[in-house]
Amino acid sequence: MNPSSSTTAEGVLPAHDAHDAHHDHPSYLVDGTTIKSWLLTVDHKRIAIMYLVWILLFFLVGGIFAMAIRIEMLTPGPTIMDAMTYNRTFTLHGMVMIFLFMIPAIPAVFGNFVLPLMLGAKDVAFPKLNLASLYIYLAGAFLALWGMINGGLDTGWTFYTPYSTHTTTTVAPVLFGAFIIGFSSIATGLNFIVTIHTMRAPGITWFKLPLFAWALYATSCIQVLATPVIGLLMVIVTGEQLFHFGLFDPARGGDPVLFQHLFWFYSHPAVYIMVLPSFGVMSEVVATYSRKNIFGYRAIAYSSLGIAFVGFFVWGHHMFVSGQSTFDAGVFGVLTMLVGVFTAIKVFNWVGTVYKGAVDFKTPFAYFCGFLFFTVFGGMTGIAVATTSLDVHWHDTYFVVAHFHFIMVGATVMAFLASLHYWFPKMFGKTYHEGWGLVAAAFIILGFNATFIPQFLLGNYGMPRRYFEYPERYQALNVASTAGASLLAFGFLIIAIYLVYSLAYGRASGQNPWRSKGYEWLSASPPPTHNFVGPQPTYPEEPHFYVDPKKAEVPDVV
Amino acid sequence: MSNFADKILFLPERASTFAEKVDQLHYFVVGVTMVSSIAVGLAAIFMFFRYRRRVPNQHTEYVVPNLPTEFLFVSVPLVFFLLWFAIGFRDFVFYTTPPKDTYDVYVMGKQWMWKFAYPEGPNGVNVLHVPAGRPVRLLITSRDVLHSFYVPAFRIKMDALPGRYTQAWFEATKPGTYQVLCTEYCGLSHSKMLAEVVVLSPEDFEEWLKEQKRGRLAGRQDALADTSLVPPVARMAEQGQRLAGTQGCFKCHTMTGEPHIGPTFLGMYNREEKLEDGKTIRVDEAYITQSMMDPGAHIVSGYKNVMPTFQGKLQGAETAAIVEFIKSLRTPNVREGASQGPAYEPIQ
Ligand code: HEM
Ligand SMILES: [Cu+2]
Repeated sequence: MNPSSSTTAEGVLPAHDAHDAHHDHPSYLVDGTTIKSWLLTVDHKRIAIMYLVWILLFFLVGGIFAMAIRIEMLTPGPTIMDAMTYNRTFTLHGMVMIFLFMIPAIPAVFGNFVLPLMLGAKDVAFPKLNLASLYIYLAGAFLALWGMINGGLDTGWTFYTPYSTHTTTTVAPVLFGAFIIGFSSIATGLNFIVTIHTMRAPGITWFKLPLFAWALYATSCIQVLATPVIGLLMVIVTGEQLFHFGLFDPARGGDPVLFQHLFWFYSHPAVYIMVLPSFGVMSEVVATYSRKNIFGYRAIAYSSLGIAFVGFFVWGHHMFVSGQSTFDAGVFGVLTMLVGVFTAIKVFNWVGTVYKGAVDFKTPFAYFCGFLFFTVFGGMTGIAVATTSLDVHWHDTYFVVAHFHFIMVGATVMAFLASLHYWFPKMFGKTYHEGWGLVAAAFIILGFNATFIPQFLLGNYGMPRRYFEYPERYQALNVASTAGASLLAFGFLIIAIYLVYSLAYGRASGQNPWRSKGYEWLSASPPPTHNFVGPQPTYPEEPHFYVDPKKAEVPDVV
Repeated sequence: MSNFADKILFLPERASTFAEKVDQLHYFVVGVTMVSSIAVGLAAIFMFFRYRRRVPNQHTEYVVPNLPTEFLFVSVPLVFFLLWFAIGFRDFVFYTTPPKDTYDVYVMGKQWMWKFAYPEGPNGVNVLHVPAGRPVRLLITSRDVLHSFYVPAFRIKMDALPGRYTQAWFEATKPGTYQVLCTEYCGLSHSKMLAEVVVLSPEDFEEWLKEQKRGRLAGRQDALADTSLVPPVARMAEQGQRLAGTQGCFKCHTMTGEPHIGPTFLGMYNREEKLEDGKTIRVDEAYITQSMMDPGAHIVSGYKNVMPTFQGKLQGAETAAIVEFIKSLRTPNVREGASQGPAYEPIQ
């Protein structure tokens, strides 16, 4: 009944009987139905689903606070809250979105789910560590949230000293929560690195690795190298507040700017932790829906590593007006341009992938289009703020807010939604309604632009970020932005409704509804607990090889 | 043209020489950004139609880029990015190097107000008066947490850091009143930390200064009756000299040119000092402040590292006063140009 034979899989699957697979090897979803079988599972797929549930919940929390911020900005004076509440609200929004949603979202959910499948492996290298990462993440998340609700932090997610060490609000539990979450990030990163090095099935050489795996690899390297810095920084700041260490306190001979250097030394690479996985997802999506081999495979793979590398040397572009020397500003400015060039290489190669392809405009592809626009425009405005003289005007205004929402929120959210739709059949074996998918995508992409384009203009106009009240002249643009945010929220609501509906009533999708030649589609959808039944599949071709084998006359290097 | 561009980009009024430079590059960068985003978008849309899928299992050609293509992808953006960087950095250097003959004002950020102090004496809260057509240098510090001094109409911004001075300068091009905002989050009333710059024509500015002095003198006359109301000595340099006395600076530093336990203050400002480690350093506001806060950082050759730190003992405004005092002790030989004033003439 479920046509999961090798003809629809379009890959090379070892012959086995589909019916047998169903009876003797139930899908991971039904293999054990007790609560314990979920909470204590070491199956990467179940862990991914648990991450998905929590991450969506935190995304909802962050989203509610975002709407609260936008509503407060409708009028120049107080609208629905007082100044202190507002300051806590934007802190909470930033903290939750960055540490609880954007950093873990794609690696922990989709990376966990599809990476072993893409490698033809039974699981990740350290399944128990994988489960531990989830619980460490939750422990940190709840400690931080508890701190934010009891006492309430008002420093912004950047915790700049000396404000963060002098404020009377409770900083310690939140910082300690962030510290704990860091361990989860490091553990996941290590797990992926070892998995990619040691668990590739025979035939998957480094240059036949799917690009999503390349992106996860680059991301994991950053996570392992940079996260310890912010972990220690959080400990020092807690010490400053509780025991008055004085490292960052000028009254004790410390240096407040030192904090910024340490903070951005992690947090700038961290923005690439957030976007590199998105770049990986999009490489898969664009190849599948245009049925084309990836144009410039090696260029895309190397540029991920390039971004990961230079990402460590650009942190000073956050500090052009902090009293840093003019020379340093110049160096950081030039290095930042390199990040832009690496991103440009990716963009051109994605567009190149569509060239001479066969485009099927499905929901994930719609998100790819949105993503392309956000990445180009967001990246270009990144170059604009990296231009030293221009940043003097834009620094810490709404222009920067719009820039980083375009590039990191835009790209990450587009990729998250694309992944959710693209791999939904893989994860649950169900289909969703394509029409509703496209309608929601239209709302989201339009809403996003309508929310943040006015914020670029607000920045030009001179409105600083983190303002509870503002001069009257900024009101019209703020109202426009809030209107856009409502469209965006409405789009999310539609998605939530039809996806939950599909989970319950969706039609069975079959093994490979997109007729993709991505490696992960070589196993059943949803996959059985150990991913593959019978002998491992073999991998004679590179991923996304849509060439007619009879006509093919194909070079073997890309 | 630029008027129309200003409108759609919501650029505020342009009122400094730096603003002109920033905006020209701004048009260029934003223009190219919009053109290229739209071009990529149109190219994508064109291809979605041109290459739409006709049969579900359609095969496609195997297309890979050749080296010249990839080279083009790298070099075209790189050329633009480096060009913008070069122009931007030239302007940034302009912004970070104030001209020699600036009119100096001290700025102190404090939760939640801006205080301004002029070397000649008058000072004020939340209103800064400056002359048009003359470079003004701001020496910025903070009393508590980080703040950032931002004047959109001048396109300038600089962080205010506790425990040290940063500088920013501008030359206002036309009289008017311009808003100052704080752009570094600094707590509860961050968004109310507003001030304004009042740019006056040079004549009006002179007039204003005179009035300030008259007002203060009047204040003093009135106060003579009740000595407890005598206002603090307003001229910063005088105040600084008094402070240097009470803080014990003169135990080691002289005002006469004699070196003592430490170098003399006379003519120190703007002097090139030879350091222990063989380097040289120019004595400017930043160095004087640093020497008070962290005396061991740069030891002048021939002296011992014996000076105590004044970190935490001096407030921002007090530090500023002492700096002004030291600046006022000039000798003819460090003075540039033809002026032949007496050795102790304070700069006015
Ligand atoms: C094309 C690549 C990019 C360039 C050239 C770039 C450049 C910059 C620069 C120069 C700033 C400093 C602006 C300022 O402080 O006024 C900045 C701010 C920021 N960028 Fe980017 N960026 C790029 C990509 C990204 C990406 C991919 C992300 C996130 C995923 C990101 C996130 C941020 C954030 C969060 C800020 C705000 C910092 C703050 O003021 O708190 N950027 N970017
Ligand atoms: Cu402030």
